Amino acid sequence: MRLLKLVPDDTNIDFMRWRNLALILSIVVTLASLALVAVRGLNLGIDFVGGQVVRTTFAQPVDIEQLRGRVAALGVGDASIQAFGDDRTYQIRLPKPDGPDAAANQVVTKVRAFVAAEYPGAVVSAGESVSGKVSEELAQDGALAILFAMLGIAMYIWFRFEWQFGVGALVTLFHDVAMMLGFFSITQLQVDLNVVAAFLAIVGYSLNDTVVIYDRIRENLRKYRKMAIIPLLNLSLNETLSRTLVTSLSIMIALAVLMVLGPDVIFGLTIAILLGTFIGTYSSIYISAPILVWLGVTPDSFLREPEMEGVPGAA
Amino acid sequence: MLDFPKWKIWAVMLPILIGILLAIPSMMPASEAAKLPSWMPDARINLGLDLAGGSHLLLEADALDAAKQRLQSKEEEVTTDLRRGDPKIDIGDVSTAGGRLSFMVRDSTQVDAAVERLRALSQPVGLSGSRDWDVRVVDTNRIELVPTKDGDARALKDAMTVARDVVRRRIDPQGTKETTVINQGERRILVQVPGVEDPEALKALIGQTARLEFKLVDLEADQNLVAQGRAPVGSQVLPMIDGGNIAVKRRVMVSGDQLVDARQSFDQNGAPAISFKFNNAGAKRFARVTQENVGKPFAIILDNQVLSAPNIQTPILGGAGEITGNFTVESANSLAVSLASGKLPVKLNVMEERTISAELGADSIRKGIIASIVATLAVIGWMVVTYGRFGVYASIALLINALLILGIMAVFNATLTLPGIAGFVLTIGAAVDANVLINERIREEVRRGRKVMDALETGYKEASTAIFDANITNTIAAALMFYFGSGPIRGFAVVLMIGIVTSVFTAVNFTRMLVALWVRKARPRALYV
Repeated sequence: MRLLKLVPDDTNIDFMRWRNLALILSIVVTLASLALVAVRGLNLGIDFVGGQVVRTTFAQPVDIEQLRGRVAALGVGDASIQAFGDDRTYQIRLPKPDGPDAAANQVVTKVRAFVAAEYPGAVVSAGESVSGKVSEELAQDGALAILFAMLGIAMYIWFRFEWQFGVGALVTLFHDVAMMLGFFSITQLQVDLNVVAAFLAIVGYSLNDTVVIYDRIRENLRKYRKMAIIPLLNLSLNETLSRTLVTSLSIMIALAVLMVLGPDVIFGLTIAILLGTFIGTYSSIYISAPILVWLGVTPDSFLREPEMEGVPGAA
Repeated sequence: MLDFPKWKIWAVMLPILIGILLAIPSMMPASEAAKLPSWMPDARINLGLDLAGGSHLLLEADALDAAKQRLQSKEEEVTTDLRRGDPKIDIGDVSTAGGRLSFMVRDSTQVDAAVERLRALSQPVGLSGSRDWDVRVVDTNRIELVPTKDGDARALKDAMTVARDVVRRRIDPQGTKETTVINQGERRILVQVPGVEDPEALKALIGQTARLEFKLVDLEADQNLVAQGRAPVGSQVLPMIDGGNIAVKRRVMVSGDQLVDARQSFDQNGAPAISFKFNNAGAKRFARVTQENVGKPFAIILDNQVLSAPNIQTPILGGAGEITGNFTVESANSLAVSLASGKLPVKLNVMEERTISAELGADSIRKGIIASIVATLAVIGWMVVTYGRFGVYASIALLINALLILGIMAVFNATLTLPGIAGFVLTIGAAVDANVLINERIREEVRRGRKVMDALETGYKEASTAIFDANITNTIAAALMFYFGSGPIRGFAVVLMIGIVTSVFTAVNFTRMLVALWVRKARPRALYV
């Protein structure tokens, strides 16, 4: 049996040749993403803006317009109704009612009663209600989790490598998160707590990729002390290219399966991680590596710390 | 590389065997797991509500109500102590306006004695030496009790502990259900009840403070003033449940604290009612007051609302009674449970509510399991096609890794949620990364012309640095996620953290052992990787 080799042994792609083009592309897309978020906004779920959601599976397919009319007649506010999976399952989302928080979940109660009365055989499979106060806290916690994860990681890389690498990792992460936000703004896929978990997974994955490449760059900087930085980066990227592709593909295979066969509820989470894997692979080649050139990394960057050579736990 | 002595094999195999053993109970249905022999571990992974179905409620104490209730009970304490104590101090014009308790001491020579008695009643709070109430004299014979900040904080803390127990008793009177009722932060209680699909009954149970009081009706009050909401001295105006106001004496005859039992019953007309029983002290007091007031009406007050105001026909000596009102069987039942479990020391508002039906949860589990299995198989196929023998080793490591994650989660009684399943699938994808790094490195070293042993040795050694750094950074990310995140983020982070540890162990140590054993036996001349 011949083993599959995605990358031929003598591959030598001049990645760095396109680094300026890639940079311009990345800057444009990042700015466009941020502008999109600012103008078009994100479709924030009730986790982050408060409100109520009732998910119902009806006995027969229902006419969505008729359902919309009937819910509107309840006087519980401006409802948005969305098909969820098949034509019998709908998600009815209601805004956060004015007034005290105690009143918030009474609307869900009302909608539940309405569904039971008007559509015999319908099953309310989920009902959620989040008050304004709690949603603010959840949004804050989510943002803090992402922010501190990014900072903590950048600091570790600074400590293990050099400050240029820390900055490179941080910029890469910022780039990835901005692009993901842009994606959620364009598609208007709902951003809920699950999606924040996805963002964190992307941060983790993109970093994993970046660290592997940085590790090789560090190794080559020590090995080929006379080589110029650009060929050295190219060499490192080519040496790790096969690994980058094999790993990215394994993760994408796993996620694609989850997206097709997994529960509907985490579709948003899965698609975010899948896309994030793609962006993360790109950015670890075209953002985190060339940044080292611009920040002036040379073989001398590692001269001072020979004691960092050994790795705890390595047998 | 060849150097893999017996003890090292055990050091690798023992944790794996234990991990697999721990994972077994979680992989079978609960009924089957119960039949396992007793030497088997019995800890199972908890399923989150999103998978098991059930209700999740986040309750928050109403701080205004907490202060109000604190003031009310202070009023009772103070009036009882001064009027009953020795010497008896006569007070009047009691008011709780402005968040403070204020009253007049009728005999101005007793003011100092009263202040001393009240100071003795107050409690020190914390180490700063401050007390829970400030006692001060205003206008020579008027005394004011002002709640201190420390006192309020302490009272809220105590109230939340009591409230948690009361909520637990109400939801699960027999203590048999797998409910979670825990305090969260300073003012919140998290309630999770698996299996409940209609949260309304749950909310009806928690929504009532169930503060029951019996007070005499003030018959001398001017009906016009009462209608405007103004009460004569020593009385207060309360709303009636069927509309209108009524004036009742401030003094409490008996309160719900002295109930020993309450259950739903029917009155003589067959309408739902609640029958109750007082403890000894309560029964005695109720008997004495009803004896003294035959022919007069008394008010039955629930959460500051008058349910009814019947006349006392004959003294009620047995300490038992019945409450009627506009009840349905359900509402009478939930009130009876609420009364029997004691009053909530503070009103609780529902801040967040999530209910997932068991079918939806079961559907998610089924799809999640299928997706996990298919994803694992797909990744295994991919590994074998890419790395041949070394891909098989990586795949065995992958399967063991999955079992170890389950086993460790079971030991720690961790909760598996939907995002957790996603984390699981992601870990499976990422777990191969360590093997990919190692195998790619071995390929590289072979290409550079190293001999078999040398290539393997260097491959494992050089790949370790990258594996180490990559996993540490992921651990940092997961730990921060867990610390700052909430709900789903935490569920994800837990699986990720466990997965990082187990994947490094299986992908590095375990495959290294497999490779060493193979090399020792087959003595390959060339590596086919």
